[in-house]
Amino acid sequence: MSRYLISRIGQALVVLWAAFTLSFVLLQALPGDAVLIKFLNPDFGLSQEQIADIRASYGADRSVTAQYLHALGNVLSGDFGYSIQAGVPVRQLLAENLPATLRLACLAFLAAVVLAFAVTLLSTFATFAWLRSAIQVLPSLFISLPVFWLGIMLIQIFSFRLRLVSVINPGPWEALILPVATIAVPISAPLAQILMRNLDAVAHQPFVTVARAKGASRAFAFWRHVLRNALLPTLAIAGVLFGELLAGAVVTETVFGLNGIGALTHKAVGNQDAAVLQAVVLFCAVAFVVITLFVDLASPLLDPRLRSKTGAPA
Amino acid sequence: MTTPPAVTNAFSGRGSGHLDRLRGASPGLVLAWLVIALVVLWAAAPALFTEYSATVGVPAEKLRPPSPDHLLGTDALGRDLFARIVHGSVHSLSGALVAVAIGLVAGTMLGLVAGSIGGLVDDTLMRIVDVLLAVPALLLSLSIIILTGFGTINAAVAVGAASVAGFARLVRADVIRVRRSEYVEAAFGSGGTYAAVLWRHVLPNSLTSAFAFAALQFGSAILSISTLGFLGYGAPPPTPEWGLLIAEGRNYISSAWWLTAAPGLVVVAVVLSANRISRAVGRSTP
Repeated sequence: MSRYLISRIGQALVVLWAAFTLSFVLLQALPGDAVLIKFLNPDFGLSQEQIADIRASYGADRSVTAQYLHALGNVLSGDFGYSIQAGVPVRQLLAENLPATLRLACLAFLAAVVLAFAVTLLSTFATFAWLRSAIQVLPSLFISLPVFWLGIMLIQIFSFRLRLVSVINPGPWEALILPVATIAVPISAPLAQILMRNLDAVAHQPFVTVARAKGASRAFAFWRHVLRNALLPTLAIAGVLFGELLAGAVVTETVFGLNGIGALTHKAVGNQDAAVLQAVVLFCAVAFVVITLFVDLASPLLDPRLRSKTGAPA
Repeated sequence: MTTPPAVTNAFSGRGSGHLDRLRGASPGLVLAWLVIALVVLWAAAPALFTEYSATVGVPAEKLRPPSPDHLLGTDALGRDLFARIVHGSVHSLSGALVAVAIGLVAGTMLGLVAGSIGGLVDDTLMRIVDVLLAVPALLLSLSIIILTGFGTINAAVAVGAASVAGFARLVRADVIRVRRSEYVEAAFGSGGTYAAVLWRHVLPNSLTSAFAFAALQFGSAILSISTLGFLGYGAPPPTPEWGLLIAEGRNYISSAWWLTAAPGLVVVAVVLSANRISRAVGRSTP
């Protein structure tokens, strides 16, 4: 087990190192760095020597290899360089904006789980067949909605038509209702799809038939036997979902005018502020790798069948 | 691939049979094809559908609600919204095609190289693919756009590049499976060169799932391109790109709801249809 643990952590570190290297190659080694883009602007009226000085102070004049080693060392010590546009450390920008986005993402994740469960349960237990098939279509609809459009439509309907949620000076929680709903809807779609597929697969397993034959009611067999077995595979997409939450935040924070990592990313791309974008991308990769690692390590604890390779096939 | 069992469950008591499902699904599929055909016609011959210009408006007729004259109303510059949506279809469709083509070609090359050479090359390429899959597609696209700058083509390339890793992984798995099959061994045995066998036997037989994925990717490419357009990284105004239309209509949500609702509904209809068709294609391919 410890051998497995070490090799899994080693793999995760390799992926992270590769992520850093790739983003470095893409964003820093290419010609036309951000320093030049900003300071060659004639408005600054800088001479060639002054630009060379600024480049030296950012370390942009050294060889690519030296820059790479320097940047790698900095990232390892938690230093992501300076935002060229804002002139403050990227680390500070991230720290300032992370809490708001994490709050949005966590609430959206909870809402998505609730929504996915509601859709799945309704598609299983709704009384009429036509209602069940109508609900089964919902995830494919949710996944086809442009997130930014959904946000605008929610503002339109709930703020301007129904006047339920105020958009002018809303309370701190009221301001989160619509953004959370906006991110939650597309996130719930893959969750609901996987849940439905698993429920369907598990419901046809022999042990469910046995449980039913022994007198378990439909509901008891569902809650006690089917759902428990169907839940585990949904953990596998947890890492992907986190990334999607952050991507959803880019769009949602722009639509609703919120501050956070998403709005920061949007601004960084507009200003060609590569250091900020690189830090956000790396943050996503780290989160993905850590969550995936955690899920891989936790799965055997939750499902005894995964503990030994010689056990009964799942 | 065998036909998947009919959806739903042992709990309904009244499980819907496979035939019922086919009968229930077909009208949806027909509708999906009609939507796509209509949008392709819009892109090919916009003049057939509207006599208004997409870029020149009549200032006196600004912000008119939908009416027989202007089916979907007009925007703040008096431009007919329906005309803008019709003329905009070519940007979304060609962008999505470019994106899918880039993903398919580049991903297939990578997958083929990784799967056929194996060893260190395979390991290196697949770790890169792992990294790309660890970052959400939108952020990957933004990383490309920050390098290449804004524009219709740049947005399409960025969306395509973000899907390369998915294609590469699928193709590599297929290449590894096909390479072990007997007919490939036979082809080598009968004197085929490495490149020739790869090209004539391995590649064609490794593309099935890549094509199904490409069909699925088309719908999400339209979504991604409209998202980039909305964020302001795609075509510059006054191009009637769908995402940009929604972004421009955003300033009038309290007074002119049709400016955001209509283009969004068109995007949803096209993406739903593309996804519906790709599922049907994916199911029918062996």
